[in-house]
Amino acid sequence: MTVAQTEKAKTKLKIEGRPGQTSPWLASPTVIFLFAVIGIPLAITVIYSLLDRAKIGMGVVWTFNPKAYKDLFVIENLDGTTGLDTRYLKVMWNSFKYSGITTIVTIVLSIPIAMWIATRAESKRNILVAAVTLPFWISILIRTYGLRQIIDDNGPIGWIMHKVGDANYHIIYTPIATVIGLIYVFLPFMILPIYASAERFDFRYAEAAYDLGAKRWTVFRRIVIPAIRPGIYAGIALVFIPALGSFLQSDMLGGGKTNMIANVIALNFGQARNWPFGCALSVFLILITLLFVWIIRKLGARTGTEVKLI
Amino acid sequence: MSVFSSRLLRVSIATLLGISLAACGSSSTAGKTSASSETLNTAFPVPSGGELHVYNWTDYLDSNEISRFESETGIKVILDVFDSNETMLAKMQSGATGYDVIFPSDYMIAQMRELNLLQNVDVASFPNSVNIKPEMMNVYWDPGRKYTAPYMEGTTGIICDPVDPECARIKSWHDYFTSTSPKIGALKDQVEVVSAALRAVGVKATDLCTTDRAQYVKAQNLLNSFKPSIVESDGGLERLINGTNTVLQIWNGEAHRARSKKPDLTYIYPSDGVNQWADNMAIPVGAPDLDNAKIFINWLMDPKNIAAESNYTGYDNGITGSDAFMNADVKNDPAVVPPADVMGRITPTPNCSQDVRDLYTQVFTTWTSQL
Repeated sequence: MTVAQTEKAKTKLKIEGRPGQTSPWLASPTVIFLFAVIGIPLAITVIYSLLDRAKIGMGVVWTFNPKAYKDLFVIENLDGTTGLDTRYLKVMWNSFKYSGITTIVTIVLSIPIAMWIATRAESKRNILVAAVTLPFWISILIRTYGLRQIIDDNGPIGWIMHKVGDANYHIIYTPIATVIGLIYVFLPFMILPIYASAERFDFRYAEAAYDLGAKRWTVFRRIVIPAIRPGIYAGIALVFIPALGSFLQSDMLGGGKTNMIANVIALNFGQARNWPFGCALSVFLILITLLFVWIIRKLGARTGTEVKLI
Repeated sequence: MSVFSSRLLRVSIATLLGISLAACGSSSTAGKTSASSETLNTAFPVPSGGELHVYNWTDYLDSNEISRFESETGIKVILDVFDSNETMLAKMQSGATGYDVIFPSDYMIAQMRELNLLQNVDVASFPNSVNIKPEMMNVYWDPGRKYTAPYMEGTTGIICDPVDPECARIKSWHDYFTSTSPKIGALKDQVEVVSAALRAVGVKATDLCTTDRAQYVKAQNLLNSFKPSIVESDGGLERLINGTNTVLQIWNGEAHRARSKKPDLTYIYPSDGVNQWADNMAIPVGAPDLDNAKIFINWLMDPKNIAAESNYTGYDNGITGSDAFMNADVKNDPAVVPPADVMGRITPTPNCSQDVRDLYTQVFTTWTSQL
């Protein structure tokens, strides 16, 4: 085979696609699956949010009514007057606050853990990563229930807080309990992507920085952080966005008082029986989530790191 | 609406642990003549094996009793569970078929009948219907008992631990909502909370579905000053035992279970009125095993059989003569069987129209959003 022939073969390959690429039709099961489990439910949510609720029973009737969106912001008071409804904005703000705190705390906790794992011998690393994923083996419900026993007034942590502090001090059924629950559940989702970045980090760069006279903090700030930044961004996306829609922690640990948006959505599909409004709240949450995905991608693009959500 | 309502948790845990009462089924002998079937008249179906699909609240049927039913009748019971009336309604309304017996509460039956989801099987003609308590015969959701048979019934009151000084003071919902106890808790149930608040501001039991907005304003103002340490329907028992709560709005079955572990707890029937709920057995339209459904419902109207369920759930039932078979600690507990002097305060849980329900939702949401 001459050089010219080889070149020609390469060009031909390029036209047909990358090596190993097969027919795009092979992706159709995935596309159909995603359409069925994400596309259709999403469409139902949007359509239902624009319909009238059923007069009796559950569900909707097929007449167009955008009232649900008006109800997000306008309250008809019991005395007949109307005004700005701050209740859902407040609940949304709660969701932001708790998710934001959760994200920050998990970042702070995850960086040292991830760096520590990344600097172990390879055989140990695999065991440690498996240990991080260990909680996934148990249902989130059982784990949250377990956590409730621990931070309960009669559990070890609640008991210590009682002995050390004020007898009327409780962790359980407070916003702090909700946030502890969120941190506990989402921590692995921050550790794993940061570890994935840290593992690829060449620690000789850090050594070189020390050799050039950089202090610890400078090395961390100027060398380590930029290297693991893609992991941090991916972690933010994996923690902040699902935390925004969490339901269980505020329900089980927050004592039903620290409502997050998902608790209000659940109320409207259950006792309140207002599916269109529940759907409108869901659409509202989806839009805000998309906004955040966009912001995180922009942040990633600005710093030249591609943010992968999965 | 029982203590088990809104308990996604329990359902999920039960599912996760793989607890399925059907799986506990005994080796049923098909065609075996049962003791109770001897009393059946000729028009009523006779057990001839097959299956029965039951859709019930979590933890609301004794598995030993199911086994006994299976061995007596040769019918295999397959159990599925729900956590709230609303979950059940959503499923039935979406066209779910395959269930033979379902267990809706009072207000839900009124709506399910309007939606044509239940079969008129003339329960009053079943052999054991003679056992239905007279006061449970002409109920608002099913006058004359055409569609439903009574199952468990109970009240929503207040339980109080005497270690809390507030305990001596609380006699009514008004006392409860104005209590300053730091360990007070409420149910996470908008009908129970808002109707109690309406009673507390002086609304009569017959007016709990009022459209007079001024009453809701009063209820809202009362609720806005009420800051419980917890709003939750689940786990009240644990919280009472370990002292997290000393005053709690509670379903009486849970109160009974708490009292059996901590006997000095008192169950209060508030002087401004008490809601009574009643769960029932009904046959949905399209039930595949209609005859077996009738046999099962009839079986559970036998005083001995329903008493076993009361012993299991800690609730009173709607069948005359069952107290003879009920455990002493159940039937002698004033939390389970109301004393005569409070009977006048007890009225059915209000079943309001959608527009009124919206007012309840508004009061409840406004209250919870500012806790």
